Amino acid sequence: MRTARTIGLMLASLIALASFGGSLLQRFDYSRQDREQVSAGPSQEHWLGTDALGRDRLARLLHGTRVSLTLAPAAAGIALLLAFLAGATPGFVGGASERVAKIAIDLMLSVPWLFLLLMVRAMLPLNTSPAASAAITFLMLGLLGWGMPARILMARAQRLRRSEFVVLARASGVSRWRLLCIHVMPNLRPVLLAQFWIAVPVFILAEANLSLLGLGVAEPLPSLGSLLQELETVLSFRGDACSFAALLVMMLMVGSLQIAFMKHEVS
Amino acid sequence: MRRAMSWICLLAVVLASAAGCLDELRFYLRSDPKTFNPALVDDDAAETIRYLTGGVLLRLNRQTQQVEPELATAWKVSKDGRTISFQLRKGVRFSDGTPFGAQDVKFTMDALMDPALHSPTGDALRTGAGKVTAVVQGVDRISLTFPAPVAGLERLFDQVAIVSASSAKKEMAVLGPFYVTDYKPGAYVALRRNPNYWKHDEAGHSLPYLDAVKLEIQGNRDIEMLKFSRSEIHLINGMDADYYDRLSRSAPGKVRDAGPSLDSEQMWFNQVATAPIAPYKLDWFRSRNFRRAVSAAINRDDLCKVVYGGHAIPARGPVSPANKYWFNTQLPQARYDPANAMQLLREDGFRLAGGKLLDRSGHLVEFSLVTNAGNRMRERTATMIQADLRSIGITVNIVTLDFPSLIQRISESFNYEAAMLGLTNVELDPNGQMNVWLSSSDEHQWNPRQKTPATAWEAELDRLMRAQASAIEATARKRDFDRVQAIVAEEAPFIYLVNKNTLVGVSPLLEGVVPVSTRPQTYWNIERIRFAAERASNGK
Amino acid sequence: MFLLRAVAYRLTVVAVTIVAGGLLAATLARYAPGFGTDERQLDARLNRDSLMAIRDASSEERNIAAYYTGALRRMGHGDLGISRSLQRPVRELLVERGAVTLKMVGAGLALAWLFAAFLVVAAWWLHSAVVETACSMAGGLLLCLPAGAVALLLILLNLPGCVAVAAVVFPKVHRYLGELVQATARMPHIVTGRAKGVSDAGILLWHVVPVIRKEVLALAGVSVGLALSAAIPVEALCGIPGVGQLAWRSAMARDVPVLITVSLLVVGFTVLANSGADLLADERRLVG
Repeated sequence: MRTARTIGLMLASLIALASFGGSLLQRFDYSRQDREQVSAGPSQEHWLGTDALGRDRLARLLHGTRVSLTLAPAAAGIALLLAFLAGATPGFVGGASERVAKIAIDLMLSVPWLFLLLMVRAMLPLNTSPAASAAITFLMLGLLGWGMPARILMARAQRLRRSEFVVLARASGVSRWRLLCIHVMPNLRPVLLAQFWIAVPVFILAEANLSLLGLGVAEPLPSLGSLLQELETVLSFRGDACSFAALLVMMLMVGSLQIAFMKHEVS
Repeated sequence: MRRAMSWICLLAVVLASAAGCLDELRFYLRSDPKTFNPALVDDDAAETIRYLTGGVLLRLNRQTQQVEPELATAWKVSKDGRTISFQLRKGVRFSDGTPFGAQDVKFTMDALMDPALHSPTGDALRTGAGKVTAVVQGVDRISLTFPAPVAGLERLFDQVAIVSASSAKKEMAVLGPFYVTDYKPGAYVALRRNPNYWKHDEAGHSLPYLDAVKLEIQGNRDIEMLKFSRSEIHLINGMDADYYDRLSRSAPGKVRDAGPSLDSEQMWFNQVATAPIAPYKLDWFRSRNFRRAVSAAINRDDLCKVVYGGHAIPARGPVSPANKYWFNTQLPQARYDPANAMQLLREDGFRLAGGKLLDRSGHLVEFSLVTNAGNRMRERTATMIQADLRSIGITVNIVTLDFPSLIQRISESFNYEAAMLGLTNVELDPNGQMNVWLSSSDEHQWNPRQKTPATAWEAELDRLMRAQASAIEATARKRDFDRVQAIVAEEAPFIYLVNKNTLVGVSPLLEGVVPVSTRPQTYWNIERIRFAAERASNGK
Repeated sequence: MFLLRAVAYRLTVVAVTIVAGGLLAATLARYAPGFGTDERQLDARLNRDSLMAIRDASSEERNIAAYYTGALRRMGHGDLGISRSLQRPVRELLVERGAVTLKMVGAGLALAWLFAAFLVVAAWWLHSAVVETACSMAGGLLLCLPAGAVALLLILLNLPGCVAVAAVVFPKVHRYLGELVQATARMPHIVTGRAKGVSDAGILLWHVVPVIRKEVLALAGVSVGLALSAAIPVEALCGIPGVGQLAWRSAMARDVPVLITVSLLVVGFTVLANSGADLLADERRLVG
């Protein structure tokens, strides 16, 4: 297991280094269109071939990975922080706050927030830069994506509230806030980590879908999500394995980080 | 009892096998039809139903683009262009057996021209205030008088499906080759051969050749392509270039490129005085030099090659060359010329500094380009335009919006800088574009609802469009509309990009399909389409 | 008595939440950009009067609070309004499409849970890190696939829509369920039980499941909302004529009458599922 974690960490670092380092090299220009080599296979000039506009696929992959790997985990962090505040805290405290939080979470999970996203787009200037648009999109995802983790954290916090060590600590006079931060939080960490590793790929994909609403990463800046969207049509299945490079990178990244941060061993 | 049961079973088997032997044409509708009332048709799916079921007085032959007699055997338009008289075909019946006559035409026109109906076809015929008078001059003669001359009047009757005045089935009793037998929302519309259809082929066999048509409702183009390649459907009535190329590799006999369509892709700049955009940007957009410079900096040949895989031609103006009569052949080709673009910009005081274009006040030339999300071709076109304009120092920010948000920006709030959309030309006649060119109109996209024309050339466009609408003589109309196209090419309120080709899928099982550029591209002669196996069979 | 009070309280909360959710959804739809617009506004054949009539078609919905109150009142009489974009009674649309979605979502949920539970139990039984890692990888793959790609695979392999719903729900359920079971396995009473020779099956059934029951129920409740949300892109992309496709088209057309009804249904299902899960957990605690 330790070996697996090491390998996972090394793979994740390699991908991160490649994407951050490679995207700084001028050779990898993600927006240059080679209009004579459109949808081309791998070659000396374009190692992973080109996309439908003749842009170097490797360059777009490197830049897109950098964008998504910077912003998606940040969005997941925001979502989990809100989930902790709106789910775990009321779940631990109980009473009226717990009841109100349940209603808020249910509404969060069921109301069509796409209209709110449309309003956000309407309020943004049309000339928002691609980078700013990307950041705002992931911020919105973080602000709207806390419902499911909050529900689960609430259930766990409710269980912990009734556990023996918490009862003992309360009887000893430990304050609720101290209990929450020092003693309960470590017990919530596995749940938080599980939710984090679910949220990251979900947000990467959700960002691409938000381009339908005018949000998301704007052209010509790529993101992993927009590269993965190319797989949504039968046209991508043309015997060219390079179309799947983005999927492979995302799986490797998410999978290797999951293994790297797995704390326990199965006995 | 046992013998009776045997006969019943035998009959059931015969009927079942007869059903399995039906010549049923299958293709997809991209959405549910919004209505079965032919007067209210304004979406593609409803238009398909209307075309397959509706009987019209005059039919535009999609191949020759000429008007031909249909339910009317003869017609005459008066010298002032306000009255059209029809001699109707005798002995025709609706699908439910009700006889067809002049009263049905009057009933249809009265309903169509009701202003409360808000019918697109009715609005196209409504050229002036006042009522349309239908005078029945006999069982098979009728004349219609309009309050104002209607140029190209006879062509408009191609869209007027006659409804029965007396049938209990109302608009479901039809005069076309097929009638609707079943509709399952979200699933399909089933049509059967109209047993009372009046047409016969040259050998005297009654038409249509097909027994049935099944229109399944499916908006997913991937599914359509897969089902077509598996021969589960027989036609694709319009596909994108990348699907065409894919199918032409896997099944070359199944796809056809019918040449340029009537449609175009174009972009324009917001010139509305009250638009919530920076005044200096409004100054750019109102400058003819700026618009023409942007046009010259766009490489249309590359758009055709890269985005449309060679299945498009650079557009020259609002009319495609596929519109044989109305296209102005004297229009210059839009050339890719970045040097000329820079020259035009310099004349207006623009200059390059550090690879970025600045206006005379030192503002960076940057604008947003909005278009509808979900159209892969259009998004790629926008990205290529972004790259082309970057080479002359202009920064373009692409914003893809959902359709309602886009419509609100370009039609109501005018909170946009540049927009890109496609123009779908349903009609060949320039009257169909009247609302685009009149400065007072809502569809005058770059600056709608003007109280008085903002520029001299827009005033000239108003004059020319009104003149051609009231002229009856074809050459006068052609001259006026040619001049409209020339002004549009000079002033570039719309920057026309490409005319896409008509790309269709036709199963090799079918005979008689002749793809054309006018809608409906593949089944315009539906009554003569048949399955190849039928060639050896007896006529009906 | 406690049970009756708990049920009555929860029903009240459910009703208030549903009504509030419906109003929130209606308000968002009303104030989102594009409200009151119609594609026909770009039809060059229509004259000004017709365009005005199109714009006025949604005038009733401009005062959304009044419209919503009226809509609720009409719903009480079974009138769910008329869809502006499809020009058909909303009730008819839901009756046609509701069964399709319910079957797909129900089957998808069942498939996801069965598969997730099976893999978790298999990992538990086999005590294999390899199995657990492989399952995580499989779940990770599904998380990384866009909904469109999943829908496309369905089409290519001729699989039903419930498989796509299961593909969306499974990785989330499996990940969390696996983590729950593993975390519980480290608890002192489990270690003691193993040391005393209690079988794996016995530990799982009598000592792990009761401990994680409340969270599993919470997860079950959440997974209903997840499955309903997944139904929308699956139906829209695969052309399945269900309520999800209707919801997507209505959202894109800003069809408020349909959106209100569909939102009430989705909020209702989500709230009922979560409240039901909570109630089960509370009731069993009382009994246990």
